Amino acid sequence: MAELLRFDRVACIRGDRLLFEGLSLVLARGEALWLRGPNGAGKSSLIRLAAGLLRPAAGTVTRRERCALIDEAAALDPELPLRRALDFWARVDTVDGHAVDRAIAAMALAPLSDVPVAMLSTGQRKRGAMARVIASGAPIWLLDEPANGMDERARGLLVAAIAAHRANGGAVLLASHFSLGLKDVAQLDMGALA
Amino acid sequence: MTALIALFWRDLRRAWGSGALWIPVVFFLLVATAFPFAVGPDAPLLAKTGGGMLWVAALLAALLPIDRLVRPDRDAGVLDQLAVRGFADELIAAVKIAAHAIGFGLPLLIALLPAAALLAQDGARVATIAAGLALAIPALAALAVLSAALTANLKGGSAIGGLLILPLAVPLLIFGAGMLDPSGRGAAKLLAAVSLLLTVIGPFAAGAALRGLRE
Repeated sequence: MAELLRFDRVACIRGDRLLFEGLSLVLARGEALWLRGPNGAGKSSLIRLAAGLLRPAAGTVTRRERCALIDEAAALDPELPLRRALDFWARVDTVDGHAVDRAIAAMALAPLSDVPVAMLSTGQRKRGAMARVIASGAPIWLLDEPANGMDERARGLLVAAIAAHRANGGAVLLASHFSLGLKDVAQLDMGALA
Repeated sequence: MTALIALFWRDLRRAWGSGALWIPVVFFLLVATAFPFAVGPDAPLLAKTGGGMLWVAALLAALLPIDRLVRPDRDAGVLDQLAVRGFADELIAAVKIAAHAIGFGLPLLIALLPAAALLAQDGARVATIAAGLALAIPALAALAVLSAALTANLKGGSAIGGLLILPLAVPLLIFGAGMLDPSGRGAAKLLAAVSLLLTVIGPFAAGAALRGLRE
C-alpha cells in the first residue's frame, strides 16, 4: 500500500498549550481519516501540520505527494466571477481548464460560474473552495470542516467527491466535528488525546 | 513559471482593478498642486525646490498602499494556499515586489509629467527626476512589500509600516534628490547602488516576514 502522508511521533504546541504529543499516523492511497473531537482539540492544527503550514514541535511530518487544502478561508478573489477565480488556481497548479470544468460539475456550480465570489453565500463559497481542491489534482486532500455552511445536497456532493477521489487512489484527511456519513473511514478522536 | 506569471498578473489586476492604487498617484498630484499655494507662484523658486518636493511626494505616495499588499491575501488564505503548494516565501515576495513596482511605478512616472509641470520643472530636470524615480521604484516596492509583510498581523499596521520604511528610504531620497544638484554627479550611481541593495535584500526579508505570519 503506497503511503502518502506520515506523522511520526508529532507534538504540537500552540501558544503555551500542548495540544498533543507522540501522535503517529499513516495515510495511504485510497484511505480516509476522520479527525473528530470538540472545538480546540487540535483538529485544525493537525491539518495545518499535515499541510506544512505549521512546524511540529517534535517529530516529523512526511508528505510524499502534493496536497490540496480547504480551511475557513476560501482563497477565491471576491471581485472575480467564480469561474475565473478557480481558473487562477488552475494556472497556479498548472492543470488545464477541463479539470476546472469537471470540478465545477462535481460541486454543481455551473449556474454560479459567472457570479462574483463576493455574492456567493457561505455554503456556495465552500463549494467553490471544494471545487478548487478537486481541480488541483493533488493526491492528498486536507479538508478542515469542509461541510460548514453546506446544505444537505451539497454535503451529498462532497461525500461523492471524496469517494471518487479515494477510488482514484487519493487520500483524505478530514477534520469535522460532525459525521458526514463517509463509508469505510478510520477515525481519530482528538478529544481523547489531550 | 506559469504559476508565477499567473500570480504576477493577479497582483497587477487587483492593484489596478480596484482603483485603490490610483490613490498614491492622486496623492502625488495633490502634493504637487498644493505646494505652489504654500510657497507662492514664484517660478524660479518653484523650479529650484520643486524637484525635491516631488521626491518627498513620491516617497510618501509609496507608503500609502502598504495595507493592501499582503494583509488581504493573508486574510483570504491565499498565502496559505501558495505555501501548501510549496512556493518559497522569497519567491512570493519577489513576485509581489515586481507586481507592485510595475503597478505603482508606472502610474507614478506618468503622473510625474503633470506634477512636474505644476512645479515649473524644465525638460532636463523632469528627465533627471524620471530617471531617478525609475531607479528608486524597485527599492520602494521592495520596502513597501517588506513592511506590508511585517505589519500584516498588526492592527493599524500601515501607520507602523510607514515608520518602518521611512528610515530605510532616506538614502533613496538623498541620492535621488541629489541627482538634481548640478554638483552631485555621483548621486545617480549611489542611488542605483542603494536601490540595488534594497531590491536584492527585499525578497529575502519580506519572505522571512511572510513565513513569520504563519507561526
